[in-house]
Amino acid sequence: MKFSEQWLREWVDPPVSTEELVEQLTMAGLEVDSVEPAGAAATDVVVGEVLSVEPHPDADKLRVCRVDAGQEQALQIVCGAPNVAAGGKYPLALVGACLPGDLKIKKSKLRGVESHGMLCSARELGMGEDHQGLLELPGGAATGSRVQELLGLDDCMIEVDLTPNRGDCLGVEGIAREVGALTRCPVTSIAIDPVPEAIPDRFDIDVQAPEACPRYLGRVIRGIDPGVTTPMWMQERLRRSGLRSIDPVVDVTNYVLLELGQPMHAFDLGRLSGGICVRHAREGEELTLLDGRSVSLDSDTLVIADHDKTLAIAGIMGGIDSGISKTTTDLFLECAWFSPEVIAGRARNYAMHTDSSHRFERGVDFELQHRAMQRATRLLQEVTGGQAGPVIEVVAAAQLPGREPVTLRNDRIGRVLGMVPEPGEVTDILERLGMQVKTTDAGWEVTPPSFRFDIAIEADLVEEVGRVYGYDRLPSCSLTGTLTMQAASGSTVSIDRLSEALVDQGYQEAITYSFVDPALQSVLSPDCQPVSLANPISSELADMRTSLWPGLLMALQQNRKRQVSRLRLFEHGLRFRTQDNEIMQDYVIGGVLVGSRYPEHWGGHSAPVDFYDVRSHVEMLLSLADKTQHCQIVHGSHPALHPGQTAVIKLNDREAGWLGRIHPAIAGNHDLDPETFLFELEVDALKNTELVQFQAISRYPSIRRDLAMVVDSELPAGDLQSAVTELGGELLRDMVIFDVYQGEGIETGRKSIAFGLILQDSSRTLTDEDVEAVVTRVTDGLRGKFGAQLRE
Amino acid sequence: MQVSELEELEQTALQAVAAAGDPAALDEVRVGYLGKKGQLTLQLKQLGSLPPEERPAAGQAINRVKQTVQQAIEVRQQVLQDRLLDAQLEQDAIDVTLPGRGSPPGGLHPVTRTMKRIERLFTPLGFTVVEGPEIEDDYHNFEALNIPAHHPARAMHDTFYFDAHTLLRTHTSPVQVRVMEAHQPPLRIIAPGRVYRCDSDLTHTPMFHQVEGLLIDEQVSFANLKGMLNEFLHRFFERDDLRVRFRPSYFPFTEPSAEVDIQCVMCSGSGCRVCGQSGWLEVLGCGMVHPKVFEYAGIDNERYTGLAFGMGVERLAMLRYGVNDLRLFFENDMAFLRQFN
Repeated sequence: MKFSEQWLREWVDPPVSTEELVEQLTMAGLEVDSVEPAGAAATDVVVGEVLSVEPHPDADKLRVCRVDAGQEQALQIVCGAPNVAAGGKYPLALVGACLPGDLKIKKSKLRGVESHGMLCSARELGMGEDHQGLLELPGGAATGSRVQELLGLDDCMIEVDLTPNRGDCLGVEGIAREVGALTRCPVTSIAIDPVPEAIPDRFDIDVQAPEACPRYLGRVIRGIDPGVTTPMWMQERLRRSGLRSIDPVVDVTNYVLLELGQPMHAFDLGRLSGGICVRHAREGEELTLLDGRSVSLDSDTLVIADHDKTLAIAGIMGGIDSGISKTTTDLFLECAWFSPEVIAGRARNYAMHTDSSHRFERGVDFELQHRAMQRATRLLQEVTGGQAGPVIEVVAAAQLPGREPVTLRNDRIGRVLGMVPEPGEVTDILERLGMQVKTTDAGWEVTPPSFRFDIAIEADLVEEVGRVYGYDRLPSCSLTGTLTMQAASGSTVSIDRLSEALVDQGYQEAITYSFVDPALQSVLSPDCQPVSLANPISSELADMRTSLWPGLLMALQQNRKRQVSRLRLFEHGLRFRTQDNEIMQDYVIGGVLVGSRYPEHWGGHSAPVDFYDVRSHVEMLLSLADKTQHCQIVHGSHPALHPGQTAVIKLNDREAGWLGRIHPAIAGNHDLDPETFLFELEVDALKNTELVQFQAISRYPSIRRDLAMVVDSELPAGDLQSAVTELGGELLRDMVIFDVYQGEGIETGRKSIAFGLILQDSSRTLTDEDVEAVVTRVTDGLRGKFGAQLRE
Repeated sequence: MQVSELEELEQTALQAVAAAGDPAALDEVRVGYLGKKGQLTLQLKQLGSLPPEERPAAGQAINRVKQTVQQAIEVRQQVLQDRLLDAQLEQDAIDVTLPGRGSPPGGLHPVTRTMKRIERLFTPLGFTVVEGPEIEDDYHNFEALNIPAHHPARAMHDTFYFDAHTLLRTHTSPVQVRVMEAHQPPLRIIAPGRVYRCDSDLTHTPMFHQVEGLLIDEQVSFANLKGMLNEFLHRFFERDDLRVRFRPSYFPFTEPSAEVDIQCVMCSGSGCRVCGQSGWLEVLGCGMVHPKVFEYAGIDNERYTGLAFGMGVERLAMLRYGVNDLRLFFENDMAFLRQFN
């Protein structure tokens, strides 16, 4: 809501500066967004009357004018504006005037002709953007008088960012009420003298949906002069409230909208047939609106129709066919009260938002219609003339909103606000806000006024009391309460711990959008059913990620473009998949790494990262989790990964994540390094650990035996490792693979895996026989299971 | 043996010790004089050939010389060892100014760091960290928060939809609702996380982060809300003199509601581009939980009151670190991210 300070001060004029006024509004919840001057503070600009206009001898577009500026002699002014005309009155900046943009007016010569000042457009006076031609001043303006005063340019345009609950402040009157309540200044309502009926003309009104439109007022006005222009003062107020002047009738209804907050609509009476009918639209009914758009209506929409056709969407926008035109002389003026529930959301359904719908959906004062109708008629007569018929009202009183008294308890104020103002002050605050207040034993019985739609329960009143009393005056104290210790589980791993572990491995945390490019995602995880947005911000951000990889790879790509070649990024967050028509939101942690294993170093060249780097990082994360889970990292196949360097992470035989090298085809197509490695794991699989249970430490020496076994080159080392662990029995403390060899000395198709067995007993020193027994069991077992031979 | 001969032998021995250039040469000297067949050893062996009355004196003299030589050898040995060590040490010397080996650590995203900072300030007050789904239903995101369909407040949330009932949460407040559904008061929670609005320009990204807080108890008032958030902002910005103001506002799920402004941290309140010349920066929204929200959750409005607050993490991070472009947070440019390590 934007308004002129001058206009407001006509209603209520507190003895405070603009700055203080703005501060008070802001601190009462009517946040002031901006304060702008209504026009330039130009002192030497006067009303100039153009006496004559002659062509410039040397310039086609310039004219030489003689202008009466109220001085003894007329001034010669050279002017290039297309609309300058003899007899017209325009703002004249005299020599010495200073205009916005630091423009100083000096005596000058334009193409050889002297000019003693400048005739001005609206923009040159800091009054908006209009620069089409000179600003035309009213004929009655006194020649030579100061334009600053004539137009009241010493004014501010104040824009308030109103919250949706304060529909009552969507008019100057409403703001004035609020200012009156805050500053304890009297509010002077403008005098609205009813315009008596001069003609008997009536137009039938049939309200078929009284619950949606409990009050509808109409009035016929005949014989208006369509040729007049809106008076300057009204145009200025509209402009300072952020509205353009359109035509006198629309300007008047807009003026009333801004002044009282009542949206109105004027129909061209000549284009209506039969009578007005307020009803719900028929499904699929077509209507061309004032803005030229055609809409197909649904039955949920309330319309204004006549006996033949639909005229307007009630409370939202009029139709083009029944609107005012340049030749309209007879009007039907509508001033209605539509229920907020009937308007709310409808404008948005038609992708519209109008000043009218904005007010109706927040609630317009349901007792305002008569005043607004009289105000509009009066203004119309002043501007366009015409004769008014009787005000016709159709009202369903039972359907109008009621105003029930609300109980406010003194102790409730205390419980919520932390203090209670003096009872007298509470009463005063509520009364100043226009409420009817009755004191009771426990507090008050408060009936809100018809213009407030946000007072229905006690909390609403507590808020009003706190707000007007002043939040800054309310106490501020630290929390108190019972101190209870929080649970501190010894068997969970926090995401922070997992993140720190990766950070220590050189990973930088990234945060990428949860929505990704469907094209990339379908390449990386074609088998996952993504969740798609109905209204994405762009087609590249249309699907929810089914994995962290698309976002991480894009981040990688961006950094590559900025010449970062060694990179480790990780992210944690939700991934979204559809499974059996249900949306799954799994918490995952994932990473991507590329480039040399170590940063460039003078001590030697570092090889690029490989699968075993990413695997070690995954193993590190897994090592933080529950060791009782059966965890395996085994060969797998994933569409995003290189078929020979892909592993699936299994926890208790359930798939819990993937790691591997990017598929070379994907790397090639997306400008990525083919030696890029990726991993992703479900955080839930890592979240639990077990509380440590101490095991007795063996005091006896351990013995190591190294073996090299030759097996089929296809045999995964992991299988051999599990078999050894099983065969080793309880004496086997650890097993470490220290060499894998293929080549000379080993027959083709076979490989040698060398590993050390670390054996120890908890109660005695092992003998050679003990060790031999284990070694034999292992070698025999491996021979039987995999055809393994001891390497000679 | 004559005394003079013995003295001469001593002198020769000492000269030989001094001349030994390395431990091996010194050992040769030792063997030559003190070994089994060494010259001094031989002298002792020959004592028997002396008359008995001369033996003690001669023995003493020889032993004295032997001791002198022995000591000289030990001293020389130490010198030679030290010299060897010095040479070794000199050889081992390196340029310690060259950079070390290995990878430097990475770091956490500034948004994460900021969220952790907020968590660290609230958890000691008994707040637990709770998370919720990001794909939400209309009920939890709007209706249970007293924002029914067609409520004008919905226009304040540019919502991403999947279908008529499923959406990306527009704030972290639905977590409040889920906590109230699952637990009985008293409650103290904070809910950090991603939120989404269908808006993208210089000052809006379609995804950002919020931290929501909720406290429900029997004796909680707006005064506590003011006290706690005042304290929080002072601690967060590490400035005890930071001016804070509570300004009435409107959220459908709190009443009374407030927006909290801090004195602009860029210009200290004198007015600049960041604060739009107002001297104030809005950093928080808060209020007392609306009775309708308690009704939806089945919490007794007479017994309990609650306070709730929500803050934009990026906004706080920008102010704390002086970041001037919101979009940098999601570009994941290493040149940006690394600055926070």
